[in-house]
Formats: sequence, C-alpha cells, structure tokens
Amino acid sequence: MAGKVKWVTDIEKSVLINNFEKRGWVQVTENEDWNFYWMSVQTIRNVFSVETGYRLSDDQIVNHFPNHYELTRKDLMVKNIKRYRKELEKEGSPLAEKDESGKYLYLDFVPVTYMLPADYNLFVEEFRKSPSSTWIMKPCGKAQGKGIFLINKLSQIKKWSRDSKTSSFMTQSTKEAYVISLYINNPLLIGGRKFDLRLYVLVSTYRPLRCYMYKLGFCRFCTVKYTPSTSELDNMFVHLTNVAIQKHGEDYNHIHGGKWTVNNLRLYLESTRGKEVTGKLFDEIHWIIVQSLKAVAPVMNNDKHCFECYGYDIIIDDKLKPWLIEVPVPCDLAPGHPTASLRSCPAPTLRPQAGVGGDEGGRMRTDDQVNASPSLTSSTANDRILKYNLINDTLNIAVPNGEIPDCKWNKSPPREVLGNYEILYDEELAQGDGADRELRSRPGQSLGPKGSRLRDAGRTVLTTWK
Amino acid sequence: MLQEESDLSLIIAQIVQKLKGSNLYAQLERQAWGSWEKRILKSLNSMCTELSIPLARKRPVGEQKELLNKWNEMGTDEPDLSLFRPVYAPKDFLEVLINLRNPNYENGDSLSFRTHLGLIQVPLKVKDIPELKEFFVELGLTTGQLGIDDSTQVPPELFENEHVRIGQKVLTEQDSAAAQQYIRQGSPTALRAELWALILNISSHPEDILYYEQLKTNVIQHDLLVDSLIYKDVKLTASNDDYYFVFEDYLYQVLLCFSRDTSVLSHFAYNSASPPKSYIRGKLGLEEYAVFYPPNGVIPFHGFSMYVAPLCFLYHEPSKLYQIFREMYVRFFFRLHSISSHPSGIVSLCLLFETLLQTYLPQLFYHLREIGAQPLRISFKWMVRAFSGYLATDQLLLLWDRILGYNSLEILAVLAAAVFAFRAVNLMEVTSLAAAEAVLADLSTLKVMPLLQIFLFATVT
Repeated sequence: MAGKVKWVTDIEKSVLINNFEKRGWVQVTENEDWNFYWMSVQTIRNVFSVETGYRLSDDQIVNHFPNHYELTRKDLMVKNIKRYRKELEKEGSPLAEKDESGKYLYLDFVPVTYMLPADYNLFVEEFRKSPSSTWIMKPCGKAQGKGIFLINKLSQIKKWSRDSKTSSFMTQSTKEAYVISLYINNPLLIGGRKFDLRLYVLVSTYRPLRCYMYKLGFCRFCTVKYTPSTSELDNMFVHLTNVAIQKHGEDYNHIHGGKWTVNNLRLYLESTRGKEVTGKLFDEIHWIIVQSLKAVAPVMNNDKHCFECYGYDIIIDDKLKPWLIEVPVPCDLAPGHPTASLRSCPAPTLRPQAGVGGDEGGRMRTDDQVNASPSLTSSTANDRILKYNLINDTLNIAVPNGEIPDCKWNKSPPREVLGNYEILYDEELAQGDGADRELRSRPGQSLGPKGSRLRDAGRTVLTTWK
Repeated sequence: MLQEESDLSLIIAQIVQKLKGSNLYAQLERQAWGSWEKRILKSLNSMCTELSIPLARKRPVGEQKELLNKWNEMGTDEPDLSLFRPVYAPKDFLEVLINLRNPNYENGDSLSFRTHLGLIQVPLKVKDIPELKEFFVELGLTTGQLGIDDSTQVPPELFENEHVRIGQKVLTEQDSAAAQQYIRQGSPTALRAELWALILNISSHPEDILYYEQLKTNVIQHDLLVDSLIYKDVKLTASNDDYYFVFEDYLYQVLLCFSRDTSVLSHFAYNSASPPKSYIRGKLGLEEYAVFYPPNGVIPFHGFSMYVAPLCFLYHEPSKLYQIFREMYVRFFFRLHSISSHPSGIVSLCLLFETLLQTYLPQLFYHLREIGAQPLRISFKWMVRAFSGYLATDQLLLLWDRILGYNSLEILAVLAAAVFAFRAVNLMEVTSLAAAEAVLADLSTLKVMPLLQIFLFATVT
C-alpha cells in the first residue's frame, strides 16, 4: 500500500516527534486526512463525544480508548475492580476465594478504598475499626501527586462529611471528588527509602484482551528516609514517590533521578531475599495487572481504532506483596538539556560490532530537565532514552510495518517487532490453549512458581518464567 | 638420576633468583612507597592547615547525640564539603607507577622486556595467555559458566539447575574450599551473599557485632578529618551512580567505621607499604606521640567508596556488610593502590595488561601509542576500582565471583585487555586520546564472561 502515514499530535514533545520522523511519516493537521493521531486526553474526549465527535475511518488510529477513564481515574478503577470481584464471587469462581477473615486470596491487590463524599459513612465505620491507621486522600481528577495528603484523624476530613453544614462543596461534582485509601505504611524499603514501581503496559484490544508489558520498568525512590512517624505525615518527600514532588527536594539528583531499573530491583531482591520469593513477587505483579485489565474490559469501549499505553504504579510492602495504586495515562512527554554522567558519556558514532558485548543501542547520557510526571516525562538522560524506545516499540506494535494502518487487522504482531515489550496476556491464545478449561479457573491455592499456574491462565511465557 | 639432578639445580636456581629478586624488589618497593607516602601525608597535612581543621578531635556531647540520631541518614544534611578535595585520584597514582624504575635491573635478563613499549618500566613476571588459560581453566569454552550459560536462550536443565543444586550443597556443608572452587563458574544470585561469606570466613558472631558497635561508638565520639574526605568521596561517586545511590547511607556507616578500625593495620604486615603516621599536636617528631592516621592506616582516595557500594546489593545488615568489606579490603583491594611486586598488585596488573595488549593486539597497541593514547591511561582507573562503577552491577558481581574463586586480581587485567580487544575496530579509527576515551567510556552494556572467554580461549594466539 503506497503512501506515507500521516500523523498529527497535540503534544509537542521530541520523543514522539522524533519517532514519527524516523519512520518517514508526514506531519499533517487535525483537519486534514490523517492516519495516526497521538492525542492528549482532552482531545480524545472531543473525538468521541456526542456533540463534537466524528467517525473514524478504517485507516485511522488513535492512542486512547474512548472511555479509558474507567481504568485511569482512581475512583472508577476501584469501582470496576470491586464490581469484577463481586461478579466472580457470584459465579462461584475459585479466583474469588476468600480467607477466614473475609479477604480475597487472589484479588486483594487494591488497598481498601472509598469514594468521598459518597461513601463517607462507610469510610467512618472502617476507620473506627482501626483508629490508629493512616489514610491517604487523593483527588480523583488530578495527577502528579497534586492535592494528596495523609490523615490519621477523622477531623482532618470533616468537610467531606455529607452531613457537614460547613461543606460548601458539590457532593456530586466529579471535580472535587476524592478517594481515600488505607495508606500502606509498611512499604518495602531499600536503603531505608520508600519507592514505587512504574511499569508500562500496552493494550491493543480489550475484547479479546491482548496486552504487553514493557520490560524496562523502573523504581522511583524518595529522597528522604522513610518513617511512619505521625510527625512526618505532612512531609511529602517521605511519602510520595512522584517525581513531580521529589524533584523539589534538596537532595534530588538530576543524574539518576532517584530511579532504579526493575532489573536492579530484581537483582537486589534475589540477592537478599532469594530467587523463589522474588519470582513469586513478579508473578503477582503480572497477575494484578492482568486482573485489573480484565476488570475494566467489559465496560471498556473496545473501539478498533484504539490502542493505549498505561503506566502502572505499584507499591510493594515489606511482606513482598504488591499493591496496585493507580494507572495514570502517561500524557506528558518532556525532554530537556544535556549534561554528563559518571558511568558513560556520549560516544562518537560507533560502527556496530557483532559479537558478545550485547550492546543495546548505547546509553547516551543527556540529562533532561525535570518536568512533570506522569510517566512519559523524561527527568534524566536514561529516562529520555527509555521513553523514546517505549514510544518506538509501541508504534511498532500499534502500526505494523509503519505502513498506513487498517484497523480491521487482527492486531497480532509477529514476535520480532515486540522490541522491549513481551506478551503479558493474550486472551485468544489462552482460550486456544486450555480449550476445555474455564479461562478463569485455576488450580491450587498459592501463586506457585512458574509453569503450571501460568499455563492455565493462558499466559505466554515471559522471560521471568523460563 | 640425571633428571633429578637437573631438577634440583633448577630448583636451586629458582630459589636464588627469587631471593635476589625479592631483595631488589623490596628495596624498590620501600623507596617508591616511601616517597609516595610522604606526598600523600603532605597533602593531607596541608589541607588540615589550610582549613584549620585538626586531623582528629573529640566531639562535644551535643554533637555526639545529634550524630547518633541521624546515624541512618547521614546522607542528608551533610557539612559544607566544598573546600575539601580528595587526597589523590587514581591518575596521580598512575604517574607514580609510571616513574618506577629498578636501578639494579640487569639488562641481560629478558630481552623481551626491552621492547616493552608500555608505561610500566618494572620488569615483573607476568603470565602469558597459555599460562592464563591454565590458571583460569574453569573459564574455558567447554565448562558451564554463570554469565553465559544462564542466559534466557539456554534451557536451565543444561547447566544452571545443576549448578544451583551444587551451590546449595556447598553451603549446607559449609565447605569454604569447595565454595571457592565452585564460584569459579559463577554464583547464582540467591546464593552469592552466603557463598562470599563462606569463602571469606565471615560469620556473624555476637563479638563481631559488638566490635562493629564499638567502632560506631568511636565514630560518634571522635571526628576525623578523613571523615570529610569520605563524605566528599561518597557524594562525588556513589551518590551519582545509577545503581548505588540508594545505599549512600550504608556507605557512610561502613567507611567511617572502617577508618577507625585498627585491626586493619595488621594487613600492613604483608603489604609492603606502611601506614602513615601523625603526631599529637605539639609533639611533632616525638615517636612516643606518634599515632597511625587514620587509625586504620588507609587514606581514602577518589573513588574509594566504590569498593563498598556493590556489596550493598548483597548485605543489608550493617555489621555483616562491614565485615565482608573489611575482609575484601585486606585480602584484595589494598593491592590495587599500594606498590608491590605481588602478582595481584596493581603494578603487576598494569604490566600484565600492557603485555597482553602488546603481544596479542600489537596493531592496536602501536596505533594507540602513536596517537598518544597509551592504553594503560584509560584502563588504569578500571583496574584500580576493580571495575566498580563501570560495569553493570550483575556483571560486576560475576567478575568479583571469579576474584574470590581464583584468589587473584589478575582477571581485572585480562578483562581490561578483553575490552580493548572487543572495541578494537572502533579504536583503530580514533586519532586522539579523547576519542579513545570516548569509545571506551561506556562499559555498562558489556557482558563480562563472554568477553573473557573469547579473549582467553577463542582468540588465535
């Protein structure tokens, strides 16, 4: 099919534009005939809205699902997961099994959460059960750690009480809506610091569910030592790992940006805790990501013109249990200016050498200006390269061969183009595999190591499961 | 009969040679080290006078309390370090080594050395590739290795599973010698911490923990000038490192205690250097008022904290981390920054590196020499730091496995040569030292074991 892909974007960021240009794609405007539109979340709302929306033709692809907020808004994500669990319970699925204290054995991966002010009374009941616990308040519509605060007393959230006479706030207004979650005050600490995990997941279709996990996720460390002490509840440098917050700390380092690769985390955990528990942790992480996608799949508008790349934020507690915190849509893609670093510096053009070095595309170190998170913002050199490669691999999967897309294709890219992605879950393959098994049935109680459980859940082998 | 006699005379000749050699070398070492030591001390003392800070002082009680409180987070809120500078950096040390000459050297001895075109001018005996192949026989192509045969393409049944099983057995039996032999093929990540402890004979007895606590008390009570140097070093190196920044606070805890640990002085018995001395204020020159400074006799140089950093991936209990580091230091690391004729000493390593390059990659060697890029100028810093901070951590740990397994640092020189061999094509095209440095600036993607294997066993010699 002749003709170059025509692209549009309303996000002027080089990690995106460089990727389009290197494919020889042609930039056009929104009003012209375009094939690929990398749009911000505002724009996707317009495209699919009843009043201003328009029909996409077969050769047009966009980078969001119309109602992605079912997953990316904190309150809706929790709502969908709760609904999913109840449904499984009703069907008597073994996945919904609970333990003696009524906690889900396999689906308890979101901290106890309530919507405010809607569930205020329910929350108060729960709060009173363990009055010394800490809770975290997060505004539903904001990102980058904005507006988040911790509480340990009911009085601190009086104004969300429905009966409050002093509340001047619209109870139904989604803008002011908050979620309140039980704060995980026993996070796994490394070097005495709290960190969270950011993993990228690409979804090409929800029904059947096909998703890919980016191998190069990272950990974001706080610059300040962690303490659960109540005197430090206001100190966001201790508690919030968002780069947008941490970058303002005195000790923020622009060279490494307080980030570790997931491989470092793996090496550290295997060395200090052992291989089995580490493998189990990573298996669980993959599991909760897939479950969260399955939870929203039924309500997601599985428009064939869409794909989406999510950034999963996960916290690991000191019992090595992963918790899903949220799934913001990476929208900002800011790069910056160069500096040097310790371990390497820009190399002159190297002729690629075959052989054993395993050199992957070099590590050009250009330090990036710190800008806002969420995810696709580059805050350090490594970051910029990571985001560039992320987009590159994403485009290779979403727009096969870099040619003009046809959204009727089967969305099954060959293995070679996956780049740093690997298949996380492929529902079609899974159904093919265990044809006589219920997709959701699983043997055994524990999330055992490798092999059996995964085969049954229909997951294709990842490198973590050799 | 005849064979025995000639064997005997050979042995005698060797002994005589050794004795002769050792006397020469001992002289050489003492002279060289003596002047270097003077220089370092001078630098330290002048920093002291310039900044009007004593080499050591007792902390007032308030300060002691404060330090105790922030013992676990010394990384934050550090003192003003802008006026401190490292006492020396590896490149300063290299200049000293380059200028080492043996005045009693007899030209008749080894013709080949006359044609040595590298920077090191001391005719020490180093292994050639056939000897290295024998020494490192377990790294051969037909032996399984971690770092090669555990990659995702290789089914674990072929090597990895069995290797892990053997490792577990070695640990159960607590057999230190077996562990050392085993680890030549690399250690599984989950077993490494224990294996290293076994090989280094570290066990956490209560008295060890107590000893560490005592050192900690020492730190709280007394402030040393050297502490500021340590702070500065950590801030300059480990804090900026992608892998090690997380462990910054552990580094202070280990290094501050280390500098007060007088048991480290015992390694000077087999180190040709001697610990620097200082004098109580006002009593300069009076021997009875001389003390070793710092108490452990080791003055840290720029990059010193990188010896400790990789260990933080394995041990998170401070006293264990401390013990492991101390043992690694007195067994291995000290040789990387003191002058000696020991085969694992830095001088020998430099010579080994240069000889390997000149003998087996002569074109590359001559080319680099021509453009004013003596290879040792680039590789020296890698070897002095045992590659810490240059390789990815998992690769570094695989390399240090072999250091422990072979009880030798020679592998550092071999790896340095292998790196040059690997990047030879690009290096042949550069025309300046800066460009050569740039080609070799980023080692973070290198896979150590394949490089070593190919260099030693698959290159035509």
